[in-house]
Amino acid sequence: MVLKGNNMEKIYLDYASGVPIDSRVFEFAKPYLIKKFGNPSSLYNDGVEAKNAVEESRVKIAKFINAEDEKTIIFTGSATESNNLAIRGTAFRNISTGKEVLTSAIEHISVINCMKDLQKNGFSFSIIPVDSFGVVDLKKLEDLITKNTIVTSIMYANNEIGTIEPIKEISKIVHEKGNYLHVDAVAAAGRIPIDVQKDGIDLLTLSSNDLYGPKGAGALYVKKGVKIQSVLLGGGQERGLRSGTENVFAIVGMGDAANTAMKEMKNESNRLLKIRDKLISEITKIDQTYLTGHPIKRLPHHASFRFSYIEGESILLNMDMYGIQIATGSACSHKTLEPSHVLLSIGLKHEEAHGSMVITLGKSNNLSQVPIIVKAVKETVNRLRKLSPLVK
Amino acid sequence: MAQVGYSKKVMEHFMNPRNVGVIKNPDGYGKIGNPVCGDLMEIFIKVKDDIITEIKFKTFGCGSAIATSSMVTELAKGKHVDDAMKITRGDVADELEGLPPHKMHCSNLAADALHEAIKNYKNKKKK
Repeated sequence: MVLKGNNMEKIYLDYASGVPIDSRVFEFAKPYLIKKFGNPSSLYNDGVEAKNAVEESRVKIAKFINAEDEKTIIFTGSATESNNLAIRGTAFRNISTGKEVLTSAIEHISVINCMKDLQKNGFSFSIIPVDSFGVVDLKKLEDLITKNTIVTSIMYANNEIGTIEPIKEISKIVHEKGNYLHVDAVAAAGRIPIDVQKDGIDLLTLSSNDLYGPKGAGALYVKKGVKIQSVLLGGGQERGLRSGTENVFAIVGMGDAANTAMKEMKNESNRLLKIRDKLISEITKIDQTYLTGHPIKRLPHHASFRFSYIEGESILLNMDMYGIQIATGSACSHKTLEPSHVLLSIGLKHEEAHGSMVITLGKSNNLSQVPIIVKAVKETVNRLRKLSPLVK
Repeated sequence: MAQVGYSKKVMEHFMNPRNVGVIKNPDGYGKIGNPVCGDLMEIFIKVKDDIITEIKFKTFGCGSAIATSSMVTELAKGKHVDDAMKITRGDVADELEGLPPHKMHCSNLAADALHEAIKNYKNKKKK
């Protein structure tokens, strides 16, 4: 086995976990780190300049998701914070309407933990199951939703299995019976077009970093008329919904990143789709190897698999020796040692859920990397299967 | 500073594990863990005059599960079975220059699988 050398070209395949800031975006936002450092709440020139930059960014984010106007955009510090504000902010504000909340079985942990916390606070919390491709069961949604359901939270697309949810249909059901639909669009935004008005979304979570913007900014779209309260108390920035001095650099970068994504997404997604399809067709040729998630209703940059008889953290470490960085939903890569709730929810057995590999593509990837990746995956799977007592 | 990730020694044993395989008709056999939990280890030993002359393992599990299996076979090879029984999880982790805290249970499994194989040998010997 060859161990990695310093001159090996690294191949990064984990864009769902971390994304480099686009250098154009960095140049655009850089002045707000050093020269234009004013606090947007200050009334002298430097403050006004910073405030204007934040407002320009707000307009760009609104356009990016076709929001009715920029006042619907609230900047936060992260997608986790946006999810907290959306769910806890609407639940507590509308407590007189009902005390029910609803979410799917495959949501991000920040959504699930908000729901669990509401449950501790007297709300009733139900989980909508998904099918074996990870698509939300619309019939179950209809059964579970009532007029007392304040907020239903369903992600636009799943980060671990790439499945795109039928948001328009979900919106129809939610609005026929219940109240607000919150959509976590972190995995989908910048990969597929999102239109909050056409899709019928009341609250939408975005992350800056996932758009090639700086870490440290997120946004929440709050449709006009949605009743919501803050979860952070302080100076009342962001229409009172997110107190705390604005991270101007990250917000300006997020706006520019969204603007760039709007212009380049179509071409970039088509480019990544070709790489994705080639990877899927080659990797699923390996014996006892299966695609996870939906084969068609799938994010264009996303390829996820499971391999029988081997464990995901071993796959990750072994691939890293080839300089190839992938993700896994394996229990052993997490501190909790619990297998991925997403993989269990699509019906995988525990031992199957342990053997997963997630590839999320981005700007640094190209078709010429495919044979290198496929070769490394084949050798990794073969080597680990030789060690495995489950292979008889 | 708290340990982040795996030591070089763990990675070296993960990438180049010693004593991989099975022994047909072993004098002792131990199996610990469960694929449901994400770890399964099998250890096979050949014993002559109470000395472990040959030892092999197969492991399904994470990087530290594979590295600890490899290390425990290295530690036990050539030892008297009574001395090999005294190999602890701590010994395995120390020889690997430490394991992250949430991975310590892996070293436990490796030592347990070895102990199971030795117990199995001793039981067979009684009969």
